Amino acid sequence: MAIHQPSTLSEACALLATHNRGSDRDLAPSPLVPIAGGTDLYTHWPQRPDEHAKSYLDLSGIEELRAVRWRNDSLTLGALVTYWRLIQDRTCWSALPMLVQAARQVGAVQIQTRGTWAGNIANASPAADGVPVMMAYDAVVELVSSEGREEIPLADFYQGYKQMRMRPDQLIRSIRIPRRSFLFQRFEKVGSRNAQAITKVGVAIARSGAGWRVVANSVAPTVCRCPTIEALLDDKVTVRGPDDLATALSQDIAPIDDIRSTARYRRRVLARLLYFALRESCSAFE
Amino acid sequence: MKRFEGLEKLTGRTLFIDDLPLENCLWGATVRSPAARGTIRQVRVPNHLEGSGLVLVDHRDLPGPNVVSLITDDWPILAAETVRHRYEPVMLVAAESRAAARRAAAQIEVVVDPLPAALDFRQTPTAEQIQVGDDNVLKQLKIERGEVDEALAAAPIVVEGEYETGAQEHVYLEPQGMAAWLDGEVVVVHGSLQCPYYVESALTRALDLPAERVRVIQAATGGGFGGKEDFPSIVAIHAALLAIKAQRPIKLIYDRGEDMAATTKRHPAWIRHRTGLSEEGQILAHDIEVVLDGGAYVTLSPVVLSRGMIHAAGPYACDHVRIRGRAMMTNSVPFGAFRGFGAPQTLFAIERHMDVIAKQIGVDPVKLRRLNLLTDGQATATGQVIDDGTDRQQVLSRALDLSRFTYKRSQHTAFNAEHAYLRRGIGLACFFHGAGFTGSGERAMKSLLHVAGLADGRVEVLSASTEIGQGTTTIFTQIAADQLRLDPEQILIAQPDTWRVPDNGPTVASRTTMVVGRLIERACDNLRERVGLDAAATGTELQAALVAWHEEHPDEELLGSARYQQPPGIEWDDETYRGDAYSAYGWATYVAEVEVDLRTYTARVIDFVAVQEIGKVLNETLARGQIQGGVVQGIGWALLEECRWQEGGMANHQLTNYIIPTSDDVPSIRVAFLENPYPHGGQGAKGIGELPLDGPAPAIFNAVAAATGVDPRVLPLVPERLMELIEQ
Repeated sequence: MAIHQPSTLSEACALLATHNRGSDRDLAPSPLVPIAGGTDLYTHWPQRPDEHAKSYLDLSGIEELRAVRWRNDSLTLGALVTYWRLIQDRTCWSALPMLVQAARQVGAVQIQTRGTWAGNIANASPAADGVPVMMAYDAVVELVSSEGREEIPLADFYQGYKQMRMRPDQLIRSIRIPRRSFLFQRFEKVGSRNAQAITKVGVAIARSGAGWRVVANSVAPTVCRCPTIEALLDDKVTVRGPDDLATALSQDIAPIDDIRSTARYRRRVLARLLYFALRESCSAFE
Repeated sequence: MKRFEGLEKLTGRTLFIDDLPLENCLWGATVRSPAARGTIRQVRVPNHLEGSGLVLVDHRDLPGPNVVSLITDDWPILAAETVRHRYEPVMLVAAESRAAARRAAAQIEVVVDPLPAALDFRQTPTAEQIQVGDDNVLKQLKIERGEVDEALAAAPIVVEGEYETGAQEHVYLEPQGMAAWLDGEVVVVHGSLQCPYYVESALTRALDLPAERVRVIQAATGGGFGGKEDFPSIVAIHAALLAIKAQRPIKLIYDRGEDMAATTKRHPAWIRHRTGLSEEGQILAHDIEVVLDGGAYVTLSPVVLSRGMIHAAGPYACDHVRIRGRAMMTNSVPFGAFRGFGAPQTLFAIERHMDVIAKQIGVDPVKLRRLNLLTDGQATATGQVIDDGTDRQQVLSRALDLSRFTYKRSQHTAFNAEHAYLRRGIGLACFFHGAGFTGSGERAMKSLLHVAGLADGRVEVLSASTEIGQGTTTIFTQIAADQLRLDPEQILIAQPDTWRVPDNGPTVASRTTMVVGRLIERACDNLRERVGLDAAATGTELQAALVAWHEEHPDEELLGSARYQQPPGIEWDDETYRGDAYSAYGWATYVAEVEVDLRTYTARVIDFVAVQEIGKVLNETLARGQIQGGVVQGIGWALLEECRWQEGGMANHQLTNYIIPTSDDVPSIRVAFLENPYPHGGQGAKGIGELPLDGPAPAIFNAVAAATGVDPRVLPLVPERLMELIEQ
């Protein structure tokens, strides 16, 4: 195992350019796996001896990635900002409360103090809890490499299971979340127990001047927006019960049976969570 | 008295076997079967591993028979020609580091030609699945009393029901682990275990050594729950085999994933009830069938089956009882000892069945139980006349009062009519648990215990009973100090070490405080007599006498001893399964209040009351801790913990996917004791270790049934399963 520990972002980008650039991959030394909090890696470490032989890029020494910047119209999180940092942030409680709600449900305190928002995005788990709330808030991911920077809306970031619009030589530098006034926001997580559980089905709902956002996790190969449901809400279609939502949902999600739950359960529960949450704020819900 | 070793454990200072330094040691790892059943064609050791200094052990290295000594000689130490379950050990390796050993084990390939596996214990095996006898039955038992068929035929009402319970993983905090080394001619094994003498007898047999060349020492043990009753023998033999082959000390420590995949678990069970009743609900006849999944080898299945069956008719009077039971061999991991030992399974069935009966015949579930609860002078299923003076109706009343059962029920009706998606319900279970070994087990074991009077006036208890987190050390100190009128500081508890302590039986079956505690009292009395004092002697007098004795007898050992004596009037017939199955029973009623969320189909326990009569309570903090811990384990078994099987192997063998309760998943657990001292138990105590696991599951299921109107019968009641019931 090799660990590289850059102290600046440009150093990190240079290392990635050497190790991870596509065309000369065969000639280059082994590709680097960037790590921030390391929580996804540590959890599986004993079970996955393959990971022991890899090379890692430890980002924890890059101070410039630690910043939390509140502006009038946005919040910007550096790539090393942890869940804990926002749990402690009073402004976040009032301005973007779903971030705090999701953060408090990720693992235990030990994970919350190490795990990062950017790591949650880059690990690309369909069960990620941070991603749905960021996506419901229209977060934008800022990527950097030695060739420059680019921005991609989080909603467009995933292309398939663990597939991201991100090259191996790119790093997440920051996440920008617009500040808006919200008429409704709700985060629901269903795990197999009340704490320290991986999500079986979850959803983040936000309504602002930009319209409805409904983002679900653990019901598709990636965390996903539910455009059919959003349209139904924007159009104020009458909904008489959870079953009315189930039909629309089937166009938005593709749940599977796995070790944690069943596709049937995920479909039904997501429809019910949505129904009972939205019934409180939508006159079109009976 | 405060728990002795509590603070050290709480602050992480206790050294477990994995933490203890072991000079010049090698690390062991186990190569396991990839298949549920088959013939081993080849064990492929890659060329680069041969001659790399790696130590390899397989069945050909065994000096003795290839058998882990338990009830039946069928459990191989290392599979030779065939395998009967996934993760069955085939080869052992040792290397200079833990990582190197694990890496090497992962590179060794066991090639198995598969054979048809028996994977569902509920189904009659096909001809090609037969591996034991002509029907795969590991053990069959029958309890019969009265004229069951006639009574059922004559009964105005017959209610039938089938119930199922799943496997449960122990999740002791510390996984299995052993160290082994050679001390001259002696093989020493040091590790995490419940029963030092079980390990000793397994080792002497496997290594073909006399007892004086084997020494077993218990290390600080991070929980057992029965999981360190049978299984440590195999880990100990493996570590010893490696140490002998390598001629170096060995550490063989399982990580959580390996432990969950490869070690024993609670027996899954299928139970069918046919109950004859009068119009009012009096039980007239029981016809009960109990089938356990025994897994690949016999381990302790016959005794688990027996205890399960003896408890299967519940704490109720009935003159016509037939209980038939069998344990089936399947190609899954061997199922073994687990807190409750078969009783949680059968008590779940009868106590859920009682509510099913109540609903079917329109009788209040409380009244139904009141009508049938045993009263003194009446007999259990095995014909044991209960006459202990406990007021079992009072146990029930107390639980109803504390939980405000009737009030809550009416409150729930209003709540449920009002709320959009939450449903509340309350349920109860009445049950009992026999303490100590079944039948003639204690008498056959002839437990022996010593207390040593030391030259400095202190007293040391020499016992093979182990501290595994339940408080043995504290209770033993308390009993010895009280008996001899000494300060607790004057009492030492010896580390269980087969070279130092006599065999007073295993630390199992809720027997330690009751049976061994009584031995301590009697050994203390004997010690006092040996120095010429009578029972009136003060502690100061005793200590002076001990010092004086040693001055007169330099370099001699002063021991007080006691050997188990069966309480008078106990009769048991192993052939007919009739008689006094246990010398004492704990009696209990548990009440669970649940809230079901119809959005997520999740049942959450929101209040829990546990009332029990357990003889005398010796240390209320420890006793309450035992009860609360058992209830938490019972909540987990009822609602969360599911072993998901794939080809006989546990697919979810990590704690991320095998779900045990967190502190946020359990309510406050209110514990109350009724005391009725048991004259033959240590300081009047009866056993309590296992009792609290029997009651939570049926109480919770009954509460869910009350909340939702569904009829849940398969445990665990995970949300996916509850959804199917509600949406039917």
